[in-house]
Amino acid sequence: MPRMGTHPSQQRADAGIAVAPRPMRRRARRIDVARVGIYAFLIAAALFFLTPLYIMVVTSLKSMDEIRQGFLFALPEHFTIEPWRAAWSEVCTGVSCDGIRTGFWNSVMIVVPSVIFPILIGAINGYALSFWRTRAADWLFAMLLLGAFIPAQVMIYPLVKVLAAASLFSSLPGIVVIHVIFSMPVMTLLFRNYYASLPQELFKAARIDGGGFWRIFLQLMLPMSTPIMIVGAIMQVTGVWNDYIFGLVFAGRENLPMTVQLNNVINTTTGERLYNVNMAATILTSLVPLLVYFVSGRWFVRGIAAGAVKG
Amino acid sequence: MVLTVLVGYLGTTLWSIRVSLSSSRTFPQYDFVGLQQYERLFDNERWLMSLQNLAVYGVLFLLACMVIGFLLAVFIDQKVRGEGVLRTIFLYPYAMSFVATGLVWQWLLNPESGLQQAVRQVGFAEFAFDWIVDQDRVIYTIVIAAVWQGAGLVMALMLAGLRGIDDDIWKAARVDGIPPWRVYLSIVLPMMGPTVATVFILLFTGVVKVFDVVVSMTQGGPGTASDVPAKFIMDHLFGRANIAIASAGSIVLLLTVIALVVPFMVVRSRAGARRNDA
Repeated sequence: MPRMGTHPSQQRADAGIAVAPRPMRRRARRIDVARVGIYAFLIAAALFFLTPLYIMVVTSLKSMDEIRQGFLFALPEHFTIEPWRAAWSEVCTGVSCDGIRTGFWNSVMIVVPSVIFPILIGAINGYALSFWRTRAADWLFAMLLLGAFIPAQVMIYPLVKVLAAASLFSSLPGIVVIHVIFSMPVMTLLFRNYYASLPQELFKAARIDGGGFWRIFLQLMLPMSTPIMIVGAIMQVTGVWNDYIFGLVFAGRENLPMTVQLNNVINTTTGERLYNVNMAATILTSLVPLLVYFVSGRWFVRGIAAGAVKG
Repeated sequence: MVLTVLVGYLGTTLWSIRVSLSSSRTFPQYDFVGLQQYERLFDNERWLMSLQNLAVYGVLFLLACMVIGFLLAVFIDQKVRGEGVLRTIFLYPYAMSFVATGLVWQWLLNPESGLQQAVRQVGFAEFAFDWIVDQDRVIYTIVIAAVWQGAGLVMALMLAGLRGIDDDIWKAARVDGIPPWRVYLSIVLPMMGPTVATVFILLFTGVVKVFDVVVSMTQGGPGTASDVPAKFIMDHLFGRANIAIASAGSIVLLLTVIALVVPFMVVRSRAGARRNDA
Protein backbone atom coordinates (compact mmCIF):
# COMPACT_ATOMS: atom_id res chain seq x y z
CA MET A 1 0.00 0.00 0.00
CA PRO A 2 1.42 3.38 -0.92
CA ARG A 3 2.31 5.57 1.93
CA MET A 4 1.16 8.99 0.89
CA GLY A 5 0.78 10.63 4.23
CA THR A 6 3.81 12.83 4.33
CA HIS A 7 4.00 15.61 6.81
CA PRO A 8 1.70 18.49 5.92
CA SER A 9 4.66 20.81 6.20
CA GLN A 10 6.63 18.69 3.73
CA GLN A 11 3.76 18.66 1.29
CA ARG A 12 3.64 22.40 1.45
CA ALA A 13 7.35 22.60 0.84
CA ASP A 14 7.05 20.28 -2.18
CA ALA A 15 4.26 22.39 -3.56
CA GLY A 16 6.38 25.48 -3.19
CA ILE A 17 9.16 23.98 -5.28
CA ALA A 18 6.84 22.78 -8.03
CA VAL A 19 6.58 25.40 -10.73
CA ALA A 20 4.12 23.88 -13.16
CA PRO A 21 0.65 23.45 -11.71
CA ARG A 22 -0.21 20.27 -13.63
CA PRO A 23 1.99 17.67 -11.94
CA MET A 24 0.90 19.16 -8.67
CA ARG A 25 -2.73 18.49 -9.39
CA ARG A 26 -1.95 14.97 -10.51
CA ARG A 27 -0.16 14.38 -7.25
CA ALA A 28 -3.16 15.65 -5.36
CA ARG A 29 -5.46 13.25 -7.15
CA ARG A 30 -3.18 10.31 -6.53
CA ILE A 31 -3.16 11.16 -2.88
CA ASP A 32 -6.92 11.13 -2.94
CA VAL A 33 -7.14 7.64 -4.41
CA ALA A 34 -4.70 6.30 -1.87
CA ARG A 35 -6.51 8.09 0.92
CA VAL A 36 -9.83 6.58 -0.11
CA GLY A 37 -8.23 3.15 -0.04
CA ILE A 38 -6.78 3.74 3.39
CA TYR A 39 -10.04 4.95 4.83
CA ALA A 40 -12.00 2.16 3.16
CA PHE A 41 -9.76 -0.42 4.78
CA LEU A 42 -9.86 1.21 8.16
CA ILE A 43 -13.62 1.62 8.11
CA ALA A 44 -14.14 -1.98 7.01
CA ALA A 45 -11.91 -3.10 9.87
CA ALA A 46 -13.75 -0.86 12.31
CA LEU A 47 -17.04 -2.44 11.23
CA PHE A 48 -15.64 -5.92 11.82
CA PHE A 49 -14.57 -4.95 15.31
CA LEU A 50 -17.76 -3.09 16.15
CA THR A 51 -20.33 -5.56 14.81
CA PRO A 52 -20.27 -7.92 17.79
CA LEU A 53 -20.72 -5.02 20.20
CA TYR A 54 -23.60 -3.64 18.15
CA ILE A 55 -25.28 -7.05 17.96
CA MET A 56 -24.85 -7.55 21.69
CA VAL A 57 -26.44 -4.24 22.57
CA VAL A 58 -29.27 -4.52 20.08
CA THR A 59 -30.08 -8.10 21.05
CA SER A 60 -30.10 -7.28 24.73
CA LEU A 61 -32.78 -4.62 24.13
CA LYS A 62 -35.16 -6.86 22.18
CA SER A 63 -37.92 -9.11 23.40
CA MET A 64 -37.63 -12.85 22.73
CA ASP A 65 -40.54 -12.61 20.25
CA GLU A 66 -38.61 -10.16 18.20
CA ILE A 67 -35.43 -12.25 18.37
CA ARG A 68 -37.24 -15.32 17.11
CA GLN A 69 -38.16 -13.46 13.94
CA GLY A 70 -34.48 -13.14 13.12
CA PHE A 71 -33.22 -9.87 11.62
CA LEU A 72 -30.08 -9.90 13.67
CA PHE A 73 -29.03 -6.42 12.63
CA ALA A 74 -32.37 -4.66 13.04
CA LEU A 75 -32.85 -2.16 15.80
CA PRO A 76 -35.37 -3.27 18.40
CA GLU A 77 -38.94 -2.34 17.52
CA HIS A 78 -39.92 -2.05 21.13
CA PHE A 79 -37.10 -1.14 23.40
CA THR A 80 -37.12 -3.13 26.60
CA ILE A 81 -34.68 -3.12 29.46
CA GLU A 82 -36.38 -6.14 30.97
CA PRO A 83 -33.55 -8.51 29.83
CA TRP A 84 -31.04 -6.37 31.69
CA ARG A 85 -33.07 -6.51 34.88
CA ALA A 86 -33.50 -10.26 34.52
CA ALA A 87 -29.79 -10.77 33.86
CA TRP A 88 -28.82 -8.74 36.86
CA SER A 89 -31.20 -10.13 39.46
CA GLU A 90 -33.21 -13.14 38.22
CA VAL A 91 -31.29 -15.38 35.91
CA CYS A 92 -30.25 -18.82 37.17
CA THR A 93 -26.54 -19.44 37.64
CA GLY A 94 -26.32 -23.11 38.35
CA VAL A 95 -27.60 -23.45 41.90
CA SER A 96 -29.46 -20.25 42.68
CA CYS A 97 -31.52 -17.82 40.62
CA ASP A 98 -30.44 -14.42 41.88
CA GLY A 99 -28.99 -13.19 38.63
CA ILE A 100 -25.35 -12.53 38.01
CA ARG A 101 -25.18 -9.79 40.61
CA THR A 102 -23.77 -12.33 43.09
CA GLY A 103 -21.01 -12.97 40.57
CA PHE A 104 -20.46 -9.26 40.25
CA TRP A 105 -19.92 -8.83 43.97
CA ASN A 106 -17.76 -11.95 44.14
CA SER A 107 -15.60 -10.53 41.39
CA VAL A 108 -15.32 -7.23 43.25
CA MET A 109 -14.28 -9.09 46.40
CA ILE A 110 -11.64 -10.99 44.43
CA VAL A 111 -10.38 -8.04 42.42
CA VAL A 112 -9.79 -5.57 45.25
CA PRO A 113 -7.21 -7.62 47.20
CA SER A 114 -5.85 -9.04 43.94
CA VAL A 115 -4.97 -5.51 42.91
CA ILE A 116 -3.57 -4.28 46.21
CA PHE A 117 -1.32 -7.22 47.15
CA PRO A 118 0.32 -7.88 43.77
CA ILE A 119 1.11 -4.18 43.37
CA LEU A 120 2.62 -3.93 46.84
CA ILE A 121 4.65 -7.09 46.39
CA GLY A 122 5.66 -6.08 42.89
CA ALA A 123 6.81 -2.69 44.20
CA ILE A 124 8.88 -4.25 46.97
CA ASN A 125 10.42 -6.80 44.60
CA GLY A 126 11.14 -4.21 41.95
CA TYR A 127 12.65 -1.87 44.51
CA ALA A 128 14.86 -4.56 46.00
CA LEU A 129 15.98 -5.68 42.54
CA SER A 130 16.83 -2.19 41.33
CA PHE A 131 18.57 -0.74 44.32
CA TRP A 132 19.78 -3.55 46.55
CA ARG A 133 21.32 -5.55 43.78
CA THR A 134 22.71 -8.93 44.56
CA ARG A 135 23.68 -11.70 42.21
CA ALA A 136 21.27 -14.13 43.83
CA ALA A 137 18.38 -11.73 43.42
CA ASP A 138 19.13 -11.31 39.73
CA TRP A 139 19.07 -15.05 39.31
CA LEU A 140 15.78 -15.31 41.14
CA PHE A 141 14.36 -12.64 38.91
CA ALA A 142 15.46 -14.43 35.75
CA MET A 143 13.79 -17.60 36.99
CA LEU A 144 10.68 -15.72 37.94
CA LEU A 145 10.41 -14.41 34.39
CA LEU A 146 10.88 -17.90 33.03
CA GLY A 147 8.12 -18.98 35.38
CA ALA A 148 5.80 -16.58 33.61
CA PHE A 149 5.97 -18.84 30.56
CA ILE A 150 4.95 -22.01 32.33
CA PRO A 151 1.45 -22.95 31.18
CA ALA A 152 -0.93 -22.66 34.11
CA GLN A 153 -2.10 -26.24 33.58
CA VAL A 154 1.25 -27.51 34.77
CA MET A 155 0.82 -25.79 38.11
CA ILE A 156 -2.90 -26.12 38.74
CA TYR A 157 -3.00 -29.55 40.30
CA PRO A 158 -0.03 -29.12 42.65
CA LEU A 159 -1.42 -25.74 43.66
CA VAL A 160 -4.77 -27.28 44.45
CA LYS A 161 -2.98 -29.72 46.73
CA VAL A 162 -0.87 -27.04 48.39
CA LEU A 163 -3.84 -24.77 49.00
CA ALA A 164 -5.89 -27.67 50.29
CA ALA A 165 -3.10 -28.50 52.73
CA ALA A 166 -3.16 -24.89 53.92
CA SER A 167 -7.00 -25.12 54.01
CA LEU A 168 -7.23 -22.21 51.61
CA PHE A 169 -8.67 -24.17 48.70
CA SER A 170 -12.12 -23.03 47.54
CA SER A 171 -11.98 -19.82 49.49
CA LEU A 172 -11.61 -16.13 48.86
CA PRO A 173 -8.07 -15.93 50.31
CA GLY A 174 -7.18 -18.96 48.19
CA ILE A 175 -8.11 -17.39 44.89
CA VAL A 176 -6.36 -14.17 45.91
CA VAL A 177 -3.17 -16.10 46.65
CA ILE A 178 -3.40 -17.65 43.20
CA HIS A 179 -3.75 -14.27 41.53
CA VAL A 180 -0.81 -12.97 43.55
CA ILE A 181 1.36 -15.86 42.40
CA PHE A 182 0.45 -15.63 38.75
CA SER A 183 0.75 -11.86 38.54
CA MET A 184 4.08 -11.64 40.32
CA PRO A 185 6.41 -11.90 37.28
CA VAL A 186 4.70 -9.10 35.38
CA MET A 187 4.23 -6.86 38.41
CA THR A 188 7.84 -7.30 39.49
CA LEU A 189 9.06 -6.56 36.00
CA LEU A 190 6.84 -3.50 35.78
CA PHE A 191 8.21 -1.96 38.97
CA ARG A 192 11.78 -3.05 38.38
CA ASN A 193 11.87 -1.31 35.00
CA TYR A 194 10.26 1.77 36.49
CA TYR A 195 12.70 2.03 39.39
CA ALA A 196 15.61 1.30 37.08
CA SER A 197 14.71 4.45 35.17
CA LEU A 198 15.00 6.59 38.32
CA PRO A 199 18.40 8.20 38.99
CA GLN A 200 20.60 6.09 41.26
CA GLU A 201 21.87 9.29 42.96
CA LEU A 202 18.50 9.70 44.59
CA PHE A 203 18.90 6.38 46.30
CA LYS A 204 22.52 6.99 47.22
CA ALA A 205 21.66 10.33 48.81
CA ALA A 206 18.97 8.67 50.89
CA ARG A 207 21.47 6.01 51.96
CA ILE A 208 23.96 8.65 53.08
CA ASP A 209 21.22 10.31 55.06
CA GLY A 210 20.86 7.06 56.92
CA GLY A 211 17.71 5.64 55.38
CA GLY A 212 17.19 1.90 55.76
CA PHE A 213 15.60 -0.56 53.34
CA TRP A 214 12.01 0.04 54.45
CA ARG A 215 12.34 3.71 55.23
CA ILE A 216 13.65 4.57 51.75
CA PHE A 217 10.97 2.40 50.22
CA LEU A 218 8.07 3.87 52.16
CA GLN A 219 9.08 7.50 52.29
CA LEU A 220 10.92 7.96 49.01
CA MET A 221 10.08 5.31 46.45
CA LEU A 222 6.42 4.62 47.10
CA PRO A 223 5.33 8.25 46.81
CA MET A 224 7.13 8.45 43.49
CA SER A 225 5.47 5.34 42.12
CA THR A 226 1.99 6.66 41.41
CA PRO A 227 2.17 6.45 37.60
CA ILE A 228 3.39 2.89 37.51
CA MET A 229 0.91 1.93 40.20
CA ILE A 230 -1.91 3.17 38.00
CA VAL A 231 -0.58 1.08 35.12
CA GLY A 232 -0.31 -1.95 37.40
CA ALA A 233 -3.80 -1.42 38.77
CA ILE A 234 -5.28 -1.23 35.27
CA MET A 235 -3.55 -4.47 34.30
CA GLN A 236 -4.64 -6.26 37.44
CA VAL A 237 -8.26 -5.08 37.38
CA THR A 238 -8.80 -6.15 33.77
CA GLY A 239 -6.71 -9.30 34.09
CA VAL A 240 -8.29 -10.58 37.27
CA TRP A 241 -11.79 -9.55 36.29
CA ASN A 242 -11.49 -11.40 32.99
CA ASP A 243 -9.93 -14.49 34.51
CA TYR A 244 -11.96 -17.65 34.11
CA ILE A 245 -9.85 -20.72 34.72
CA PHE A 246 -8.47 -19.77 38.14
CA GLY A 247 -11.84 -18.61 39.38
CA LEU A 248 -13.36 -21.86 38.18
CA VAL A 249 -10.82 -24.04 39.95
CA PHE A 250 -9.80 -22.17 43.07
CA ALA A 251 -12.59 -19.82 44.15
CA GLY A 252 -15.08 -22.39 45.34
CA ARG A 253 -18.85 -22.37 44.84
CA GLU A 254 -19.49 -19.46 47.15
CA ASN A 255 -17.04 -17.12 45.46
CA LEU A 256 -17.40 -17.90 41.77
CA PRO A 257 -16.44 -14.78 39.83
CA MET A 258 -18.70 -13.17 37.28
CA THR A 259 -17.07 -14.75 34.23
CA VAL A 260 -17.65 -18.27 35.57
CA GLN A 261 -21.24 -17.50 36.47
CA LEU A 262 -21.81 -15.94 33.08
CA ASN A 263 -20.61 -19.08 31.37
CA ASN A 264 -22.83 -21.16 33.65
CA VAL A 265 -25.84 -19.02 32.82
CA ILE A 266 -25.40 -19.38 29.11
CA ASN A 267 -23.97 -22.82 28.61
CA THR A 268 -25.87 -24.86 31.16
CA THR A 269 -29.43 -23.59 30.80
CA THR A 270 -32.03 -26.10 29.86
CA GLY A 271 -35.09 -25.19 27.86
CA GLU A 272 -35.29 -22.19 25.63
CA ARG A 273 -32.27 -19.96 25.59
CA LEU A 274 -33.06 -16.38 26.42
CA TYR A 275 -30.65 -14.71 24.06
CA ASN A 276 -31.60 -11.21 25.09
CA VAL A 277 -30.91 -11.97 28.75
CA ASN A 278 -27.68 -13.74 27.80
CA MET A 279 -26.43 -10.78 25.85
CA ALA A 280 -27.35 -8.38 28.65
CA ALA A 281 -25.45 -10.59 31.09
CA THR A 282 -22.45 -10.68 28.76
CA ILE A 283 -22.39 -6.90 28.51
CA LEU A 284 -22.78 -6.55 32.27
CA THR A 285 -19.82 -8.86 32.81
CA SER A 286 -17.68 -6.91 30.35
CA LEU A 287 -18.68 -3.54 31.73
CA VAL A 288 -15.97 -3.15 34.34
CA PRO A 289 -12.95 -3.85 32.10
CA LEU A 290 -14.51 -1.88 29.26
CA LEU A 291 -15.06 1.07 31.58
CA VAL A 292 -11.47 0.82 32.77
CA TYR A 293 -10.37 0.72 29.14
CA PHE A 294 -12.38 3.71 27.97
CA VAL A 295 -11.53 5.84 30.99
CA SER A 296 -7.84 4.99 31.13
CA GLY A 297 -7.14 5.41 27.40
CA ARG A 298 -3.43 5.64 26.82
CA TRP A 299 -2.60 4.20 30.23
CA PHE A 300 -4.12 0.93 29.13
CA VAL A 301 -1.80 0.75 26.14
CA ARG A 302 1.13 1.63 28.35
CA GLY A 303 0.29 -1.32 30.54
CA ILE A 304 0.18 -3.66 27.58
CA ALA A 305 3.50 -2.35 26.30
CA ALA A 306 5.08 -2.72 29.75
CA GLY A 307 3.72 -6.23 30.14
CA ALA A 308 4.90 -7.14 26.67
CA VAL A 309 8.51 -6.43 27.47
CA LYS A 310 8.65 -9.61 29.48
CA GLY A 311 10.86 -12.26 28.04
CA MET B 1 8.52 -13.23 48.77
CA VAL B 2 10.32 -13.99 45.56
CA LEU B 3 11.53 -17.18 47.14
CA THR B 4 8.06 -18.48 47.98
CA VAL B 5 7.02 -17.93 44.42
CA LEU B 6 10.01 -19.79 43.17
CA VAL B 7 8.94 -22.66 45.33
CA GLY B 8 5.51 -22.13 43.85
CA TYR B 9 6.68 -22.11 40.27
CA LEU B 10 9.59 -24.50 40.45
CA GLY B 11 8.15 -26.84 43.05
CA THR B 12 4.79 -27.25 41.35
CA THR B 13 6.41 -27.89 38.01
CA LEU B 14 8.66 -30.57 39.45
CA TRP B 15 5.66 -32.07 41.21
CA SER B 16 3.75 -32.25 37.94
CA ILE B 17 6.67 -33.93 36.25
CA ARG B 18 6.80 -36.45 39.09
CA VAL B 19 3.08 -37.18 38.92
CA SER B 20 3.28 -37.61 35.15
CA LEU B 21 5.72 -40.48 35.71
CA SER B 22 3.43 -42.30 38.12
CA SER B 23 0.26 -44.35 37.84
CA SER B 24 -1.90 -41.88 39.77
CA ARG B 25 -5.60 -41.66 39.09
CA THR B 26 -7.78 -39.76 41.56
CA PHE B 27 -5.06 -39.35 44.14
CA PRO B 28 -1.37 -38.86 43.55
CA GLN B 29 0.73 -41.97 43.89
CA TYR B 30 4.45 -41.97 43.98
CA ASP B 31 5.32 -45.15 42.21
CA PHE B 32 7.30 -45.01 39.04
CA VAL B 33 6.01 -46.24 35.72
CA GLY B 34 8.43 -44.49 33.40
CA LEU B 35 6.98 -42.89 30.33
CA GLN B 36 3.89 -45.10 30.27
CA GLN B 37 1.53 -42.17 30.77
CA TYR B 38 3.05 -40.38 27.81
CA GLU B 39 2.59 -43.45 25.67
CA ARG B 40 -1.03 -43.69 26.69
CA LEU B 41 -1.43 -39.99 26.07
CA PHE B 42 -0.26 -40.30 22.51
CA ASP B 43 -2.51 -43.30 21.95
CA ASN B 44 -5.45 -41.20 23.02
CA GLU B 45 -7.52 -40.07 20.04
CA ARG B 46 -8.90 -37.11 21.90
CA TRP B 47 -5.46 -35.84 22.85
CA LEU B 48 -4.23 -36.17 19.27
CA MET B 49 -7.32 -34.36 18.08
CA SER B 50 -6.73 -31.57 20.54
CA LEU B 51 -3.08 -31.26 19.54
CA GLN B 52 -4.08 -31.06 15.90
CA ASN B 53 -6.63 -28.39 16.74
CA LEU B 54 -4.05 -26.47 18.68
CA ALA B 55 -1.69 -26.57 15.71
CA VAL B 56 -4.36 -25.36 13.28
CA TYR B 57 -5.57 -22.74 15.70
CA GLY B 58 -2.06 -21.62 16.56
CA VAL B 59 -0.83 -21.20 13.01
CA LEU B 60 -3.96 -19.46 11.74
CA PHE B 61 -4.39 -17.28 14.80
CA LEU B 62 -0.77 -16.16 14.86
CA LEU B 63 -0.72 -15.46 11.12
CA ALA B 64 -4.03 -13.63 11.03
CA CYS B 65 -3.33 -11.64 14.17
CA MET B 66 0.11 -10.54 13.04
CA VAL B 67 -0.94 -9.67 9.49
CA ILE B 68 -4.14 -7.86 10.46
CA GLY B 69 -2.50 -6.14 13.39
CA PHE B 70 0.43 -4.98 11.29
CA LEU B 71 -1.81 -3.75 8.47
CA LEU B 72 -4.00 -1.85 10.91
CA ALA B 73 -0.94 -0.25 12.46
CA VAL B 74 0.47 0.73 9.05
CA PHE B 75 -2.80 2.20 7.86
CA ILE B 76 -3.40 4.06 11.09
CA ASP B 77 0.09 5.46 10.82
CA GLN B 78 -0.81 7.30 7.59
CA LYS B 79 -1.82 10.40 9.53
CA VAL B 80 -5.48 9.56 9.22
CA ARG B 81 -8.27 11.51 10.77
CA GLY B 82 -9.87 10.10 13.87
CA GLU B 83 -6.85 8.04 14.78
CA GLY B 84 -7.80 8.02 18.44
CA VAL B 85 -11.31 6.77 17.73
CA LEU B 86 -10.05 4.05 15.40
CA ARG B 87 -7.46 2.88 17.89
CA THR B 88 -10.08 2.72 20.57
CA ILE B 89 -12.33 0.64 18.32
CA PHE B 90 -9.61 -1.80 17.32
CA LEU B 91 -8.40 -2.39 20.84
CA TYR B 92 -11.60 -2.54 22.88
CA PRO B 93 -12.19 -6.27 22.34
CA TYR B 94 -8.91 -6.88 24.11
CA ALA B 95 -10.44 -5.45 27.28
CA MET B 96 -13.15 -8.08 27.10
CA SER B 97 -12.76 -11.51 28.60
CA PHE B 98 -12.35 -14.61 26.48
CA VAL B 99 -15.56 -15.88 28.01
CA ALA B 100 -17.53 -12.88 26.80
CA THR B 101 -15.79 -13.08 23.42
CA GLY B 102 -16.74 -16.71 23.05
CA LEU B 103 -20.35 -16.08 24.01
CA VAL B 104 -20.81 -13.19 21.60
CA TRP B 105 -19.41 -15.14 18.69
CA GLN B 106 -21.41 -18.17 19.64
CA TRP B 107 -24.51 -16.01 19.20
CA LEU B 108 -23.29 -14.37 16.00
CA LEU B 109 -22.37 -17.65 14.35
CA ASN B 110 -25.40 -19.59 15.50
CA PRO B 111 -26.87 -20.77 12.17
CA GLU B 112 -30.49 -20.43 13.24
CA SER B 113 -30.39 -16.91 14.54
CA GLY B 114 -27.02 -15.40 13.72
CA LEU B 115 -25.32 -14.10 10.63
CA GLN B 116 -26.44 -16.95 8.38
CA GLN B 117 -30.09 -16.31 9.14
CA ALA B 118 -29.67 -12.54 8.79
CA VAL B 119 -28.08 -12.83 5.35
CA ARG B 120 -30.77 -15.29 4.24
CA GLN B 121 -33.46 -12.88 5.29
CA VAL B 122 -32.18 -10.13 3.02
CA GLY B 123 -32.60 -12.45 0.05
CA PHE B 124 -29.70 -14.88 -0.18
CA ALA B 125 -31.71 -17.96 0.73
CA GLU B 126 -28.87 -20.35 -0.03
CA PHE B 127 -26.28 -18.54 2.04
CA ALA B 128 -24.54 -20.94 4.39
CA PHE B 129 -22.21 -20.11 7.23
CA ASP B 130 -22.64 -22.86 9.77
CA TRP B 131 -19.03 -23.60 10.61
CA ILE B 132 -19.68 -23.56 14.32
CA VAL B 133 -21.75 -26.75 14.10
CA ASP B 134 -19.49 -28.31 11.49
CA GLN B 135 -17.01 -30.78 12.95
CA ASP B 136 -14.37 -30.00 10.35
CA ARG B 137 -14.67 -26.24 10.46
CA VAL B 138 -15.52 -25.38 14.03
CA ILE B 139 -11.90 -24.65 14.91
CA TYR B 140 -11.87 -21.84 12.33
CA THR B 141 -14.71 -20.08 14.12
CA ILE B 142 -12.62 -20.06 17.27
CA VAL B 143 -9.79 -18.52 15.29
CA ILE B 144 -12.15 -15.77 14.09
CA ALA B 145 -13.26 -14.97 17.63
CA ALA B 146 -9.74 -14.99 19.01
CA VAL B 147 -8.42 -12.79 16.22
CA TRP B 148 -11.24 -10.34 16.87
CA GLN B 149 -10.16 -10.22 20.47
CA GLY B 150 -6.41 -10.08 19.98
CA ALA B 151 -5.65 -8.22 16.74
CA GLY B 152 -5.98 -4.85 18.46
CA LEU B 153 -3.19 -5.75 20.82
CA VAL B 154 -0.87 -6.47 17.90
CA MET B 155 -1.96 -3.19 16.33
CA ALA B 156 -1.11 -1.23 19.48
CA LEU B 157 2.33 -2.79 19.88
CA MET B 158 3.18 -2.57 16.18
CA LEU B 159 2.08 1.04 16.08
CA ALA B 160 4.42 1.82 18.94
CA GLY B 161 7.17 0.09 16.97
CA LEU B 162 6.39 2.03 13.79
CA ARG B 163 6.43 5.31 15.66
CA GLY B 164 9.86 4.43 16.99
CA ILE B 165 11.34 4.29 13.50
CA ASP B 166 13.49 7.20 12.46
CA ASP B 167 11.86 9.66 10.07
CA ASP B 168 15.13 9.95 8.17
CA ILE B 169 14.62 6.50 6.77
CA TRP B 170 11.41 7.64 5.14
CA LYS B 171 13.10 10.72 3.78
CA ALA B 172 15.97 8.68 2.38
CA ALA B 173 13.59 6.19 0.78
CA ARG B 174 11.62 9.00 -0.79
CA VAL B 175 14.74 10.54 -2.25
CA ASP B 176 15.66 7.18 -3.74
CA GLY B 177 12.16 6.78 -5.11
CA ILE B 178 11.43 3.50 -3.41
CA PRO B 179 7.71 2.71 -3.34
CA PRO B 180 6.32 2.84 0.20
CA TRP B 181 5.16 -0.78 0.26
CA ARG B 182 8.73 -1.85 -0.47
CA VAL B 183 10.04 0.32 2.31
CA TYR B 184 7.62 -1.32 4.72
CA LEU B 185 8.45 -4.82 3.59
CA SER B 186 12.22 -4.57 3.13
CA ILE B 187 13.28 -1.90 5.61
CA VAL B 188 10.70 -1.17 8.27
CA LEU B 189 9.62 -4.73 9.01
CA PRO B 190 13.17 -6.04 9.52
CA MET B 191 13.89 -3.06 11.73
CA MET B 192 10.92 -3.96 13.85
CA GLY B 193 12.30 -7.44 14.44
CA PRO B 194 12.34 -7.15 18.23
CA THR B 195 8.75 -5.87 18.32
CA VAL B 196 7.59 -8.65 16.03
CA ALA B 197 9.39 -11.24 18.15
CA THR B 198 7.86 -9.90 21.36
CA VAL B 199 4.37 -9.88 19.89
CA PHE B 200 4.89 -13.37 18.60
CA ILE B 201 5.97 -14.73 21.97
CA LEU B 202 3.14 -12.92 23.71
CA LEU B 203 0.57 -14.41 21.35
CA PHE B 204 2.21 -17.81 21.39
CA THR B 205 2.03 -18.20 25.16
CA GLY B 206 -1.63 -17.24 24.82
CA VAL B 207 -2.15 -19.90 22.14
CA VAL B 208 -0.87 -22.72 24.32
CA LYS B 209 -3.16 -21.65 27.16
CA VAL B 210 -6.27 -21.32 25.01
CA PHE B 211 -9.15 -22.59 27.09
CA ASP B 212 -11.78 -20.02 28.09
CA VAL B 213 -12.82 -19.10 24.59
CA VAL B 214 -13.29 -22.74 23.58
CA VAL B 215 -15.26 -23.56 26.70
CA SER B 216 -17.58 -20.61 26.32
CA MET B 217 -17.98 -20.79 22.57
CA THR B 218 -18.33 -24.48 21.77
CA GLN B 219 -17.56 -26.42 24.96
CA GLY B 220 -15.13 -28.34 22.82
CA GLY B 221 -17.92 -29.49 20.54
CA PRO B 222 -19.58 -30.53 18.42
CA GLY B 223 -18.48 -33.77 20.04
CA THR B 224 -14.82 -33.19 20.71
CA ALA B 225 -14.21 -31.48 17.37
CA SER B 226 -12.88 -28.25 18.87
CA ASP B 227 -11.09 -29.76 21.84
CA VAL B 228 -7.77 -28.19 22.83
CA PRO B 229 -4.99 -29.55 25.07
CA ALA B 230 -5.75 -27.18 27.94
CA LYS B 231 -9.32 -28.41 28.03
CA PHE B 232 -8.25 -32.02 27.75
CA ILE B 233 -5.98 -31.52 30.75
CA MET B 234 -8.64 -29.78 32.83
CA ASP B 235 -11.19 -32.49 32.04
CA HIS B 236 -8.80 -35.24 33.06
CA LEU B 237 -7.76 -33.41 36.22
CA PHE B 238 -11.21 -32.69 37.53
CA GLY B 239 -13.82 -34.51 35.50
CA ARG B 240 -12.21 -37.86 34.78
CA ALA B 241 -9.86 -38.07 37.74
CA ASN B 242 -6.82 -39.15 35.84
CA ILE B 243 -4.21 -36.76 37.10
CA ALA B 244 -1.21 -38.68 35.81
CA ILE B 245 -2.23 -38.45 32.17
CA ALA B 246 -3.31 -34.83 32.68
CA SER B 247 0.08 -34.02 34.16
CA ALA B 248 1.78 -35.74 31.25
CA GLY B 249 -0.27 -33.56 28.92
CA SER B 250 0.67 -30.41 30.77
CA ILE B 251 4.35 -31.30 30.60
CA VAL B 252 4.02 -31.76 26.85
CA LEU B 253 2.61 -28.23 26.70
CA LEU B 254 5.45 -26.95 28.83
CA LEU B 255 8.00 -28.54 26.51
CA THR B 256 6.31 -26.90 23.52
CA VAL B 257 6.61 -23.51 25.16
CA ILE B 258 10.21 -24.10 26.18
CA ALA B 259 11.11 -25.21 22.67
CA LEU B 260 9.99 -21.84 21.37
CA VAL B 261 10.77 -19.45 24.19
CA VAL B 262 14.29 -20.56 25.05
CA PRO B 263 15.78 -19.89 21.60
CA PHE B 264 14.04 -16.55 21.69
CA MET B 265 15.55 -15.72 25.07
CA VAL B 266 19.02 -16.80 23.98
CA VAL B 267 18.92 -14.66 20.85
CA ARG B 268 17.62 -11.80 22.91
CA SER B 269 20.27 -11.95 25.59
CA ARG B 270 22.98 -12.29 22.94
CA ALA B 271 21.64 -9.19 21.21
CA GLY B 272 21.52 -7.47 24.57
CA ALA B 273 25.12 -8.44 25.33
CA ARG B 274 26.21 -7.13 21.97
CA ARG B 275 24.49 -3.84 22.68
CA ASN B 276 26.25 -3.62 26.02
CA ASP B 277 29.63 -4.19 24.41
CA ALA B 278 29.14 -1.43 21.91
